[in-house]
Amino acid sequence: MDVGGIVSYGVFFLVIVSVYGLLSLGLNIQWGFTRLFNIGVAGFFAVGAYTSAILTTPPVSDRLGGFDMPFVAAMVVAALLSGFVALLIGMPTLRLKEDYLAIATIGIAETIRLFFNNEAWVAHGVRGISGIPRPFQDHVPGAYYNVAYLIFMIVMVTLIFMALQKAVKSPWGRTLKAIGEDEMLAQAMGKNVVRFKMEALVLGAMIMGLAGALYAHFIQFISPEVFVPLSGTFLVWVMLIAGGSGSNKGALLGALVIWGLWSITDLITNLVPVGYAVKAGAIRVIAIAVALEVILLMRPQGLFGKEKTFTSGRKG
Amino acid sequence: MPQLLANGIVFGCIIALGAIGLTLIYGILRFGNFAHGDTMSLGAYLALLFVGLRMPFLAAVGLAIGVSIVVAVLIDRYLYAYIRRAGPIILLIASVGVALFLRNVILLIWGPDLEYYSREIQFAVHILPGVRLKPYEVFIVLAAAVLILLVHLFLKKTKIGKAMRACADNLDLAEVVGIDTRRVVLWTWAVGIALAVSGGVMLGVENGLRPAMGWELLLPLFAAAILGGIGKPYGAMAGGLVIGIAQEVSAGYVSTAYKPAVAFAIMIIVLLVRPQGIFGGRRRWM
Repeated sequence: MDVGGIVSYGVFFLVIVSVYGLLSLGLNIQWGFTRLFNIGVAGFFAVGAYTSAILTTPPVSDRLGGFDMPFVAAMVVAALLSGFVALLIGMPTLRLKEDYLAIATIGIAETIRLFFNNEAWVAHGVRGISGIPRPFQDHVPGAYYNVAYLIFMIVMVTLIFMALQKAVKSPWGRTLKAIGEDEMLAQAMGKNVVRFKMEALVLGAMIMGLAGALYAHFIQFISPEVFVPLSGTFLVWVMLIAGGSGSNKGALLGALVIWGLWSITDLITNLVPVGYAVKAGAIRVIAIAVALEVILLMRPQGLFGKEKTFTSGRKG
Repeated sequence: MPQLLANGIVFGCIIALGAIGLTLIYGILRFGNFAHGDTMSLGAYLALLFVGLRMPFLAAVGLAIGVSIVVAVLIDRYLYAYIRRAGPIILLIASVGVALFLRNVILLIWGPDLEYYSREIQFAVHILPGVRLKPYEVFIVLAAAVLILLVHLFLKKTKIGKAMRACADNLDLAEVVGIDTRRVVLWTWAVGIALAVSGGVMLGVENGLRPAMGWELLLPLFAAAILGGIGKPYGAMAGGLVIGIAQEVSAGYVSTAYKPAVAFAIMIIVLLVRPQGIFGGRRRWM
């Protein structure tokens, strides 16, 4: 690879890191602060990506489309719809034991994937949607498009990061943290726990939906295959746990480190002969799974995680 | 319709076997074990390995159960035991990692292709008017009934079985009255995994073996456990049958691809209407 190739790979890499960074930030609100166990990240990611893709592509005869919405409006709708799905999931489960939310989120993510897989009239089923328009394409020379998109992504991530940093320090954010650390205590202080949990769930899902839209417009192609639990959900979890749940900075750094490892192992598996590709892929996932368990055993607070704010010093 | 019902009972038996283990582990070890489905796959593939070594089928299944229990207990001792203090959700995350680990070890060793215990083709025969089942499907239902009866006797008649039910009901109280909870934990894994592996082998007999076979069963398993009330083995049996029948009968109305979504929908309805499960009366799990 020449220098230009490395630079363009680096730009592409960083755009994907930014997408995962957003997913990880969204999960951090849910899990890092409020201890909401969402293992359906891929579902919210998919809702955002499909919504924005369907709303912006020109009309096609055999699937939904032809709304010709401007990019920004489609992104907003994508985030809202993703948040709405979270609201529907939160209603039956947030009052119950925490594990129910886990199983409900994995259920909705799988149902969403099955839906897009089977209902070809919505989004071409397994063939997926291609030719998703790139925003402000006419204003940027083709050679620099990816760099421009990267700058746009960095601005988006920075804005959301700063907003979240502010939110975390606000009374609202501190209430979330209190709920995450000791729900009973928060309840006893008179906080409407279910309502705060719902807000965290919906806000996190909206950021995930936004990440989906930004991903779709960059890659220009989405199919149900993109939203499988492994790359859509599990990887995000490893990023957040490795980076340190409860820290927005950790969420972003975790995305960078883990996507880096994931990409390097991908380059390595591409070098092995084709006949061994499945085996190499399996070893790659095994390595990630082992890494997760080692982090949970050795450094449960993550690489950049912090101590508890409210209940530190207490046992248990 | 009677045919779909019969198919549902066959599938429901398999789900019930997995769900009993899931609900016992949930009730006694206090965490949703997301590796349960993949443990079913592991057992099914181990049985395939032993059948390949020309062992008689039942002996191969027995050995697969034994090896799977050892694997599960080792994971409990050297992973879960250290994480348990951090709370049930961290355990749950760890079990998702274990699930991924097991599935990819299977993929690494056996590859992605569909495997069968036997190449022999069986023809469906009429067992009732309008109901045709293959001989091994009848065997699955009978074997599941025997296993469930054995679990029932174990839980009701043996001392350790009673201790397990006490722990599932109230762990602190059980500890106070001097029940050896370490032994209960061991037995919980043993019984849960033995049933799961039996169910996994039956699924392999019915549909063939794929690395993702158990993972894809996870949603129906949880749905059955929640439907029956978490920690209630009898509830899980009934829940498994209900989910199995609902999934198969739904195939008469919607695309078969939506079977997991049917289990999910039932689960959400139960959570909305009766979160303690159909058979859970006394306590709400909050």
